[in-house]
Amino acid sequence: MTWEMLVGASVLAATLRLATPIALAALGGTMSERSGVVNIALEGSMLVGCFFGVVVADRSHNIWLALAAALLAGLLLAALHAYASITLRADQIVSGMALNILALGLTTYLDYEMYGTTGTPSDLVAVPDLHLTFLNGIPYVGTAIGDQNWIVWVGLLLVAALQVFLFRTVLGLRWRAVGEHPRAAETVGVNVRRMRYAAVLASGALAALGGAYLSLGVAHSFTDGMTGGRGFIGLAAMIFGRWTPVGALGASLIFGYGNALSTSLQGATVGGVRLPVQLLGTLPYILTILAVAGFVGRSRAPAADGLPYETEGHA
Amino acid sequence: MSASPPIVEMRGVVKRFGDLVALDGADLVVQEREIHALIGENGAGKSTLMNVLYGLYRPDAGTIRLRGQEVRLRSPRDAIASGIGMIHQHFMLIPPLTVAENVVLGDERSGPMLGERRLAARVRELEDRFHISVDPETKVEDLPLGLQQRVEILKVLYRGSELLIFDEPTAVLTPQEVDELFVIVRQLRDEGKTVIFITHKLREVFAVTDRITVLRDGRNAGNLLTKATNASEIARLMVGRDLKPPAARTPVQSSGTALEIRGLQAKSDRGAEALKGIDLTVNAGEILGIAGVSGNGQSELAECILGLHEPTAGTILIGGADIAHDDPKRTRERGVAYVPEDRRAEGLVLAFTVADNFILGKQDHAPFSHRGVLDSDVISANGDRLAKEFDVRPPNARAIVGNLSGGNQQKVVLGRELSEQPKLIVVNQPTRGLDIGSTEYVWERLLEQRARGCAVLLVSSELDEIRALSDRIAVMFEGRLVATLPAAEATEERLGLLMAGHTEGAPA
Ligand SMILES: Nc1ncnc2c1ncn2[C@@H]1O[C@H](COP(=O)(O)OP(=O)(O)OP(=O)(O)O)[C@@H](O)[C@H]1O
Ligand SMILES: [Mg+2]
Repeated sequence: MTWEMLVGASVLAATLRLATPIALAALGGTMSERSGVVNIALEGSMLVGCFFGVVVADRSHNIWLALAAALLAGLLLAALHAYASITLRADQIVSGMALNILALGLTTYLDYEMYGTTGTPSDLVAVPDLHLTFLNGIPYVGTAIGDQNWIVWVGLLLVAALQVFLFRTVLGLRWRAVGEHPRAAETVGVNVRRMRYAAVLASGALAALGGAYLSLGVAHSFTDGMTGGRGFIGLAAMIFGRWTPVGALGASLIFGYGNALSTSLQGATVGGVRLPVQLLGTLPYILTILAVAGFVGRSRAPAADGLPYETEGHA
Repeated sequence: MSASPPIVEMRGVVKRFGDLVALDGADLVVQEREIHALIGENGAGKSTLMNVLYGLYRPDAGTIRLRGQEVRLRSPRDAIASGIGMIHQHFMLIPPLTVAENVVLGDERSGPMLGERRLAARVRELEDRFHISVDPETKVEDLPLGLQQRVEILKVLYRGSELLIFDEPTAVLTPQEVDELFVIVRQLRDEGKTVIFITHKLREVFAVTDRITVLRDGRNAGNLLTKATNASEIARLMVGRDLKPPAARTPVQSSGTALEIRGLQAKSDRGAEALKGIDLTVNAGEILGIAGVSGNGQSELAECILGLHEPTAGTILIGGADIAHDDPKRTRERGVAYVPEDRRAEGLVLAFTVADNFILGKQDHAPFSHRGVLDSDVISANGDRLAKEFDVRPPNARAIVGNLSGGNQQKVVLGRELSEQPKLIVVNQPTRGLDIGSTEYVWERLLEQRARGCAVLLVSSELDEIRALSDRIAVMFEGRLVATLPAAEATEERLGLLMAGHTEGAPA
């Protein structure tokens, strides 16, 4: 094992790459849960984002249209969740789970119908990397961040923007109020339903951007179930990050780093003993369990998180 | 004499929740610049009527006029725009936000950005104008209840409301805080504002209000001038019957010590010293009242006895055995009953039926279960019997407890706790939020237990309650019992001084 394998520039580059979709899902989760709605359909939003991005990229050969389609698909799935959990006051976990199954079934079926066994075309338009040529000469930094995908940078920007939005703006204050105590927010004239709809829709779009990154930014193709649980890991990152955008990014980077290590440490030995790579690959999941089990310090969910709100209900 | 139309005129307001008719044609007329009492038993519909006026509930029938103009209030937003502000029975504050954020929420009057410092300054200005003081930059969750209420008042003042609704504002306040509140309320009226004041305490009605509306079962039961009425007339209108005079107290049938506490110390949940060495005894057939401003260790004391709180030192003797470190189950098996401070959070499972709540804690043995299987026939028969015996209304043991009024919820707790002939009862704030009829009922039941020979440890911050029930009164201040007096010597004045920490001249 070498330092290169642990903290080499390429490991950091991989960390950032692998963390991005998780972070986007985590951002979605944070925005939704801060308003009081648990949205585990993020996984589904991500998956439909992957798929419909690819379909429209294939048909239109226009990356902007493809991205718009991806976001719209994620948003529509989230809209179903919003309707079920806000208007119908259904159980949010059940609704989210149902939508995940729907997303998986729908994309798998359409994928087979449209692309059969040959797979998605290989000449898809893609979201390009951003080549920061001025970094070329600089050792380490150049390799670490010089050739990241555009969506990586957009994601980082979103983290900063949403952090400011939630904690420094008027709308952010109302957003959090609705997630903590919707009745109190309503008594001062805040429209709880509208706020929560906005939050859930935003969360779907954010997760779908993560999906588009996977299919249009990295893989340049679609394969069934390609999100592989990243939406769920995003939710763990959200908890780990204490329901703040910056925290969510930090947690996602840790998960991404765990993933990156499991690749870079392939075949590495410590004192003559081969590292069990499969075990390293479980690192992100172990971290997830620790995060969810609350071992990472007391992180408190918004007080009204997951609770349906009834306008004339008992206070 | 007043030619101008009343500031509020509600006529024939009907509000149903499913089958339940909460308001059945209620009227309310409030004149400008008066303090108007709205009173009635638990469940009479006071809060519902105010929620209609505040736009939170849509009435099924009826009209609302504000200064003669008919209005339709579709949401609190409409009400606020019409100059109505409400301080809710259950505080509408967001604990993790700061005072300033809570005050301005929904009406921030800034650009898209918040600007915390600007907000705090604006709230401070408001505080100066109304002589209310609370630090705008603290989080609400770190404030005691009395200060939280000031935040509620600030919220309403900030919006420039002309009509302020106070829904049972004094239920959680200490006597000093109540006095401070009265000062604020009078000042508001003097500034030309109108106040609707809901309370169960007649002495408060007489202390601050000008006019009274009595509600009973969602309808008007009376309209009175405060100056021209008296307590028994009001009580009769509210309850629909005369209140019984307090039961004559029999002399204590003392037959030994039921509870003896020596050198008890404990830390609060936040780690502060809550009990700093408590010594007390309660005899069988005696009520020992623990007076004090809430938050001086009373709740920790009650919870230590029950085994809900771990003492750091000292002994708690019941029948010669030290139970200081027993769990609640074992303590209860020794004949200790408990009526907790917060019946909704600790006394009941709100989503369960009345019958199921009656057997909580007794569910794991005969007659209610056999080999781990509940016997529903026995449970429902027991529910029917206790519901009748303890006058739970409606007398339906299959009702969900969360839908009962506060007084009836408390009857369910009492029914469960008193039905097994306990040797010691620990009660904490047993009548908080209850109407006078229910309060009378609870008091009677406790005196009945005393007559039976049961020992009662009564924790209450209500001086009237302490003085009406106790044989001896101990005053608690900052984790210590600063004095123990026979009831006959405990004047209100003396207790008030002791509660505020003035121990001079008091016997130890
Ligand atoms: N949101 C609601 N859903 C169903 N029932 C309700 C609701 N709000 C109130 N009720 C019922 O309507 C009746 C009137 O309740 P309300 O809260 O207005 O009484 P109140 O006079 O304020 O009593 P209290 O003195 O205990 O506060 C009660 O029977 C109550 O259980
Ligand atoms: Mg009420």
